[in-house]
Amino acid sequence: MSTEEKTETIYAPVVDTPRNYVREPADAHPPLDYPPYKSTTLRHPTQPLIYLPQTITEVTGPALGDARVVTPDDADLTRRHDGEPIGERITVSGRVFDTEGKPLRNTLVEVWQANACGRYRHRWDNWPAPLDPNFSGAGRCVTDAEGGYHFTTIKPGPYPWGNHYNAWRPAHIHFSLMGRAFTQRLVTQMYFPGDPFFPYDPIFNSVRDEAARERMISRFSIHGTQPDWAAAYEFDIYLRGPASTPFEEAH
Amino acid sequence: MIFKTTPSQTVGPNFAIGLPWDEGPHVVDPATAGAFTITGTIYDGAGQPIPDHLIETWQADPEGRFADAYGHGGASAMEGFRGFARYGVEAGDGEFQIVTVKPGRVKEPGGRLQAPHIAVTLMARGMLNRVVTRIYFGDEEEANATDPILALVPADRRQTLIATPQDGGYRFNIRVQGPGETVFFDV
Repeated sequence: MSTEEKTETIYAPVVDTPRNYVREPADAHPPLDYPPYKSTTLRHPTQPLIYLPQTITEVTGPALGDARVVTPDDADLTRRHDGEPIGERITVSGRVFDTEGKPLRNTLVEVWQANACGRYRHRWDNWPAPLDPNFSGAGRCVTDAEGGYHFTTIKPGPYPWGNHYNAWRPAHIHFSLMGRAFTQRLVTQMYFPGDPFFPYDPIFNSVRDEAARERMISRFSIHGTQPDWAAAYEFDIYLRGPASTPFEEAH
Repeated sequence: MIFKTTPSQTVGPNFAIGLPWDEGPHVVDPATAGAFTITGTIYDGAGQPIPDHLIETWQADPEGRFADAYGHGGASAMEGFRGFARYGVEAGDGEFQIVTVKPGRVKEPGGRLQAPHIAVTLMARGMLNRVVTRIYFGDEEEANATDPILALVPADRRQTLIATPQDGGYRFNIRVQGPGETVFFDV
């Protein structure tokens, strides 16, 4: 087998549907009950979750790449209005993998974010920073054959919020991933390297494991940066992959 | 598992600038024969509606086939059947509405038939990860009685998973916390 063929084998996108998806350790994601983030208080279940052996309902998922949902224009958040938005133009790109390292092709990636001043175009965001008439702050794309996605946008600003005295959110871009199955659904936030607000943000720190928090921080890439145009940030995303056992036992 | 997953973060209060689309709440075209509406309210632990919630549903068509991205289980042949709904609005009042048809019965891995059901993802500001539940149907008593997943739920909590028939469809409220707390699943 030539090197080229081997590479093709290793990086072949997922084409078969696993019978079930890997179960993650309890600390893979933040706890639903996390008192430092005050809004969790009344919004977390108090009864234990009930173990559900995955059935076909859980291992299937929708195709959402059609034009009713996403168009090619949706991947450039700087070109949705007549003028250009204010702020630092950046590209955000990466690949979507499963936990076996296989790329997930043709899966919907959605982003939403504040503008360069940290203000969302949302009726309930009323902190005194200007809205930008040329920036809506939402984008979509579907991954290519290598699981890749690419957005052009403006670097969002940090902003204050009411969780505690002098609370600020680090700059972030919200990401929504559909994966290819109900079990893979993920909503997360992408952060920027070296943000000074990290130590004080209960949402970022709700992920208790430092290495796991690092997985939410994008990388700056000088090589991806386009001269005289846009700084590049890279952010790879990992969704649950197939379980190693072919069938789950009902517990 | 070679790689670890990217951790979840809250959907936050501002998702409505990006996630909804016009037909999002429609599993099928509302003009489809047999289409009905499932309406519900999401409540927090103080019994107050959660206005900034995002709810998504996933289900089989009436023949028990999915509009799966990869045709798994045999692709749905139903015209316009998306199988998926997403409801979330900028100025919500805690209610949601989706338009759908009743799913057919599908097997669990052991081969037993499940009752008609819809998988549900719920997210909101204040929720650092999604929670997952299922909608069953109050007029499917016979099928519900032998459903292998409902059988895993303590009998006194099963009612929280069952949508009540009403004019034009069903009602399915979700109580995230407190008395009558909805059953949530680890999938």
